[in-house]
Amino acid sequence: MYIYDTFDRTLVNERVAEFRDQVARRLSGELTEDEFKPLRLMNGVYLQLHAYMLRVALPYGTLSSEQMRVVAQVARRYDRGYGHFTTRQNIQFNWIRLSDMPDVLADLASAELHAMQTSGNCVRNITSDQWAGAAPDEVEDPRIWAEVLRQHSTLHPEFLFLPRKFKIAITASAHDRAAIKVHDIGLRLYRNEAGEAGFEVSVGGGLGRTPFIGKVIRPFLAKRDFLSYIEAILRVYNQYGRRDNIYKARIKILVHELGAECFAREVEAEWRTIKDGALALDPAVVADIAARFRYPRYEPLADDPPEVAVLRRAEPRFAAWLANSVANHKVAGYAIVTLSLKPEGGPPGDATAEQMDAVADLADRFSFGEIRVGHEQNLVLPHVAQHDLPEIWRALDRNGLATPNVGLVSDIIACPGLDYCSLANARSIPVAQELTRRFRNLDLARDLGRLHINISGCINACGHHHVGHIGILGVEKNGEEFYQITLGGRADERAQLGELLGPAVPYAQVADVIEDIVAAYLDLRERPDELFIDTVARVGIEPFKEHVYAVH
Amino acid sequence: MPFIKAGRRAENPFVRVRDDDPLPDEIPALVSAERFLAASDEFAGRGAPIGVIWPNKRNVAELAPHLDRLALVALAFPTFRDGRAYSQARILRERYGFRGEVRATGEVLRDQFLFLVRAGFDAFEIRKESDAAAFTAALRRYSVVYQPAADERAPAVRRRFTEAIPLGYSTRTETVA
Amino acid sequence: MTSPLQQKLKITGPVVITANRLADGTVVYRGARGDWTTQITEAAVATTAPAASELLVAAVAEDVLVVGPYVAPVELDSSGRSQPGNLRERIRVGGPTFELPGNFGS
Repeated sequence: MYIYDTFDRTLVNERVAEFRDQVARRLSGELTEDEFKPLRLMNGVYLQLHAYMLRVALPYGTLSSEQMRVVAQVARRYDRGYGHFTTRQNIQFNWIRLSDMPDVLADLASAELHAMQTSGNCVRNITSDQWAGAAPDEVEDPRIWAEVLRQHSTLHPEFLFLPRKFKIAITASAHDRAAIKVHDIGLRLYRNEAGEAGFEVSVGGGLGRTPFIGKVIRPFLAKRDFLSYIEAILRVYNQYGRRDNIYKARIKILVHELGAECFAREVEAEWRTIKDGALALDPAVVADIAARFRYPRYEPLADDPPEVAVLRRAEPRFAAWLANSVANHKVAGYAIVTLSLKPEGGPPGDATAEQMDAVADLADRFSFGEIRVGHEQNLVLPHVAQHDLPEIWRALDRNGLATPNVGLVSDIIACPGLDYCSLANARSIPVAQELTRRFRNLDLARDLGRLHINISGCINACGHHHVGHIGILGVEKNGEEFYQITLGGRADERAQLGELLGPAVPYAQVADVIEDIVAAYLDLRERPDELFIDTVARVGIEPFKEHVYAVH
Repeated sequence: MPFIKAGRRAENPFVRVRDDDPLPDEIPALVSAERFLAASDEFAGRGAPIGVIWPNKRNVAELAPHLDRLALVALAFPTFRDGRAYSQARILRERYGFRGEVRATGEVLRDQFLFLVRAGFDAFEIRKESDAAAFTAALRRYSVVYQPAADERAPAVRRRFTEAIPLGYSTRTETVA
Repeated sequence: MTSPLQQKLKITGPVVITANRLADGTVVYRGARGDWTTQITEAAVATTAPAASELLVAAVAEDVLVVGPYVAPVELDSSGRSQPGNLRERIRVGGPTFELPGNFGS
């Protein structure tokens, strides 16, 4: 992970001092709420239903064990003993007082954490693959580029008052674990036919009221041009994005209204004027950033150590966890371990301070002090020696972090919804909780295979329901909670939006309907290993509609 | 209204001239974009400086052929949340090399001063007296900037090479096995 | 539960003004004496749009005390006391509708 130098630290500390001053001026009345709101949003401070919410940045989903401990301490000292990991690889606290925010930020800054630009009409946390740096199928570590861009976009004076929020994601694997196609800018690092590494650039992806899959506007962007080209996109957006209507202000609308080709031409025209200027990336600069990333000193180990084989035979629960939550690492003898934050009956993505401390300890002992957060709201220990797997499993199991449901039906992605969020129309967490209870049987879950359920409590789609295999969207009808259900969405390299199944369903029936959909899948699949998403692709949604609406 | 130019309080010498009023002699005049672009004869041979009020929805490229005749470009912040003028200022400074005054008008508030300066603004019509009083302090908020802009501040990426700063190994996060 | 931020002022029953306290975000209600109380039962109730509007305008002016005031429906219980009038307001009174992690009950 990236190691801060004095420049990085100074900037974060200066930000804390600035915000302390801004909060003081707000509390004294010198600043009105209108003047303060964009300032606090740029520091990740939201006002929600019950209280303020603070969204802390975890850059590209990477944090150290020490940082996790500080996060746990914030949860204990200033909040209610827990935090929520989000679909953009950040962490949220739901109960912090505005008057405490400067102290919270100072505590976080001591661990090189901050909340800069986690909200507001600016460039947000740049997200990436939670397996970056460990995945076997990766071209290079995309986080280096995410860090280059994080620095470039942090307090970038020109782009702090964009028409609307701006989200960028980057992947370096053919299999996209970062959902880049539903981001304002999606970057895929790959090697072209000449063997050069460069970026495929997509723009205008996004969910919400008008969802779009991103369009490729530049098939190959050389590394040297990485910053200048993105600068050109941002400048075109800053100048031409709509500001008259907040529902039409994202770049996806501009790309849609101009057309991708015309938009690409605007970007190229701007880019030509700046590409050879101060933003042309010197390889030495990139190498310098890359050198600040610490990588593990792996030991030479063999795959499939006997400790693992022995326990796998002896303990079916370990075997189940191994098969589900442990993935191949690019280095022999190591593994990538996913920690499910989706226990039966739990709010998806939440962790207690105790759990956070436990994860920090495990990271120190078994993962070179490094932890990741995925957009599916689970945690990852990215560099675990395989021979340590039995001990890690026992520790995770004790701490409720070993539910072997990663990627399965009960690994639900959900926004906070009406229980927390002032934008919501309906609750999402209780729906998720009930579904984890209906699908508690792990044999069934395994039999169903990979199945992503995404729940959003309103059209802002923070639960990414449009790209769920099963998407659930909360709406309000006559003061009651109803839910629209979509099928067939995908967030990966074959990204597509789900299709509406039928009329919205009342709260009390949602879990029943999902069970019916799953039953329909079991009926319709060609063979046990045909995934849900592939069955939907093969037969369409009509057969599912018949199943569900015949019963109801 | 408080006015700051080149970092300190100043008198604003430019007079805003309405479209249907004649241009005053010998006095710096600030005119609308339409007037400036329409009748350049009016401005030919004029001794006193001329400035233009440029809307934030309009491309500053239209001004490019005329910049050598302009002493001032006034850009607009209808609300401080509308950030289009930041791009306009940077383009004037960095693409066209404009060296005259670039002035921020409209809702110009203290918490944006540093960003405005970095984007190339060197003059400010400021609404609140207390903000004007805090101008210098506001510019000192950050000693580190990450990216190049229209100002002279060296971005951290460059300073890392030119200044002998030791890498800040944080022993808590050291991952060496 | 359409976000009140998108509501037009349309009074079809008793309403109160609610907001969040600036310094700590606590849910509060505008009382009859122009104070801010954490108890919905002590909130000033309006039954007409002009009355609600007047309360709201006064609340908005108190930018240094509270943030984001809006009009929220209440139901009067058998004792005539105000109770939250929709799910959103019930959640604001009672907290999230499930047990919080970290053993903090709702």
